Amino acid sequence: MKILVAVKRVVDYNVKVRVKPDNSGVDLANVKMSMNPFCEIAVEEAVRLKEKGVASEIVVVSIGPTAAQEQLRTALALGADRAVLVESTEELNSLAVAKLLKAVVDKEQPQLVILGKQAIDSDNNQTGQMLGALTGFAQGTFASKVEVSGDKVNVEREIDGGAQTVALNLPAIVTTDLRLNEPRYASLPNIMKAKKKPLEVLTPDALGVVTTSTVKTLKVEAPAARSAGIKVKSVAELVEKLKNEAKVI
Amino acid sequence: MTILVIAEHNNAVLAAATLNTVAAAKAIGGDIHVLVAGAGCAAIGEAAAKIEGVSKVLVADDAAYANQLPENVAPLIAELAKNYSHVLAAATTNGKNFLPRVAAKLDVDQISEIIAVESADTFKRPIYAGNAIATVQSSAPIKVITVRATGFDPVNAEGGSAAVEQVSGTGDAGVSAFVGEELAKSDRPELTAAKIVVSGGRGMQNGDNFKHLYSLADKLGAAVGASRAAVDAGFVPNDMQVGQTGKIVAPQLYIAVGISGAIQHLAGMKDSKVIVAINKDEEAPIFQVADYGLVGDLFQILPELEELV
Repeated sequence: MKILVAVKRVVDYNVKVRVKPDNSGVDLANVKMSMNPFCEIAVEEAVRLKEKGVASEIVVVSIGPTAAQEQLRTALALGADRAVLVESTEELNSLAVAKLLKAVVDKEQPQLVILGKQAIDSDNNQTGQMLGALTGFAQGTFASKVEVSGDKVNVEREIDGGAQTVALNLPAIVTTDLRLNEPRYASLPNIMKAKKKPLEVLTPDALGVVTTSTVKTLKVEAPAARSAGIKVKSVAELVEKLKNEAKVI
Repeated sequence: MTILVIAEHNNAVLAAATLNTVAAAKAIGGDIHVLVAGAGCAAIGEAAAKIEGVSKVLVADDAAYANQLPENVAPLIAELAKNYSHVLAAATTNGKNFLPRVAAKLDVDQISEIIAVESADTFKRPIYAGNAIATVQSSAPIKVITVRATGFDPVNAEGGSAAVEQVSGTGDAGVSAFVGEELAKSDRPELTAAKIVVSGGRGMQNGDNFKHLYSLADKLGAAVGASRAAVDAGFVPNDMQVGQTGKIVAPQLYIAVGISGAIQHLAGMKDSKVIVAINKDEEAPIFQVADYGLVGDLFQILPELEELV
């Protein structure tokens, strides 16, 4: 079985982003970039399925700038077999990304597509579901457990208040949640080997996909700043403030 | 302009998040219709008809919608959406699951987790885990939107008298099936819906010590969360994690106990109305966002706090 894994290059999750003074976006100059944490979990899950003998090949795809090759190399070092970069310098919305991924799915014909549930930059949580609509595949979003058996995949999903299990016909789409697995670190020999693995570069034009968007960002602002409050001296004072000043208990 | 709100329910109870979503629809303006897609969900239709400001309720009662499988629900909503200017759903795990599938079927972008309505086509939404707020404008013919419940005060559940209309379903897509569900049996409220959240960090020292937080939470009717550090250290399971990659909460009161306040954690709770920090390190960054800080040994403070609240 072939697995397609989609990964996104985003600001590292430990970076505190700052809004640009002209409110046009956040300042990404000289900021550490990494693979989106949920995408790391997606790569790890695919590698585990290959180690179990369920998957035979892992193709990793990213849509983004030339520099996203770094994240693809990371995925290759973690165990993916080959990589595809759909190169675009534009900031694409989820629907455009889903359309590009659909074109890659048509080309690669995977049985399982694994994506992160959301990217920690745009926080949209849309791409996997949209790819589901475009391909007609079933979707197991926010997965905490994935089990392939025969022509089906059982996905345990994290839902508000608990867990739900669904059985999906293959080919299917899975989006990862935090509890699915703990991603490994790439070893130095594997990082060296990854440099020799194939990495194909495509363009939206070559895939015949139009990436226009109906959403325009008018401005980006810093959230209302929280100012530090007061230090109370005792538990009694704290409880008094919560009851009479803040009125929250 | 007519807005379709998708009701959040489990065939037995209409979820409160529906009321916040209707509030967002009200802020957009126009007629508000509610779709109840489910199985044996007539009572939900009746409950939805009573929501303040709703003029019509559509009920699609079909076995295929029993568990809100997106493969089955999305075609129904996409079909109905053609008569509407906006389609809104709560940004619950359910709404997040099916609504992007609807948007893609309609070939429009979705706007996720709005926290404010500026006008009928312009909305505010958090990005970078709430470290920035984007104002976005949509030119899509049908605006497909999920609504973060904490951004909108709920409308009244009573007072309306909408007409209820049955709509026929689009059937089972035949590609997915519901297997089972395990809902947490805790009597405590769900983290993202709780009015009060008590969270513990590495300062709790071990998982056993979380019992102090559980008993305080039970006295306050609160949910219990944890920082990533506490989860990584194995004190508690990671479905309790509050933070950028965990759950985003915005309760009336957030009590951070033994949590230093890493950016990752702050991103998940800084929209709380009132923040209390209890930490022995008075330099801890959590105090910079706390309304009330108490420096001291949490093992002395917690029993006293439980006693006094």
